[in-house]
Amino acid sequence: MHSDGYRDHPVRSYVLTGGRAHPTRNTLRPETLLRAVDDGRELPGTAGRHERALLQTCRGTLALAELAAYLHLPVSLVAVLVSDLVDGGYLAVLSTPVHDLPDTDLLEEVLDGLRGL
Amino acid sequence: MGSAASEPRTAQHLAPTVDRSVKVLVVGAFGVGKTTLIRAVSEIPMLSTEESITTASVGVDPRRDEKRTTTVAMDFGRVTVGSDTALYLFGTPGQRRFWDLWSGLADGAVGALVMVDTRDLAQSFEVLDQLEEHTRLPVAVVVNEFPDSPRHALDEVRAALDLPKGTPVVSGDVRGRPRAVEALTTLVAHALELRRAEGVAA
Repeated sequence: MHSDGYRDHPVRSYVLTGGRAHPTRNTLRPETLLRAVDDGRELPGTAGRHERALLQTCRGTLALAELAAYLHLPVSLVAVLVSDLVDGGYLAVLSTPVHDLPDTDLLEEVLDGLRGL
Repeated sequence: MGSAASEPRTAQHLAPTVDRSVKVLVVGAFGVGKTTLIRAVSEIPMLSTEESITTASVGVDPRRDEKRTTTVAMDFGRVTVGSDTALYLFGTPGQRRFWDLWSGLADGAVGALVMVDTRDLAQSFEVLDQLEEHTRLPVAVVVNEFPDSPRHALDEVRAALDLPKGTPVVSGDVRGRPRAVEALTTLVAHALELRRAEGVAA
């Protein structure tokens, strides 16, 4: 990702993510389902407006890609913010990522669901 | 309708019972009907998200962009299947460099719906090659019937694209929801078949 000429608005992203380019967890996918943890805890005063907007938007279940679309931020950047909020206990990951290919049980259920549409 | 990506929108949350997600990639050249299919199936207005990429690697004429940085958009939609599963449809151009922009986009996908325009079969070769070369994704081919596209028999399309045996080919106007859902159903059924065959072989 850091080949010559790669300019992903470096300064802006650097500031937004506190200087990191990669999330603290690599299990986040565009389809990973997330929801704000509703335990009344407030974000610390140091949290940025994007973290606040993210939690606000995620009061109900949304995928990472949906969050990025609503916030008008790249998925790669939102993944970093999401990781921090999950680490801090403010945001919960609801879905387990599927690696490689989904298993037959899941495929059968999706097929049934599609036929029921 | 339009994607209206710049307008503020109220988030449309999933039902509280949904705690699982799967995805299908809708792959094809620009203008082949990816967003049409996604829009026909999606239960939410289509969404779009952007990543930055250097123009040099996009293949855009660099003379037209002095900053040499541009953004690539991915359109996507969602449909809830059953009570607990969200199916995401991610539309992406055929070249692997685009999938790599969205980390893990191809990883864990049910499969890829490859949209084909019979007026330009050649551009579908690259898409199919890339999928075969870089992923193990089950593939189903959707021949999008544009009003002015020549009607080929599906067998002809299959032969022209030199598809691996067993690859399903469906055709129709994907603006209609039933056709679009049928294309998805075909892909998932094919993926299930392959998975079962794998289980037997193992």
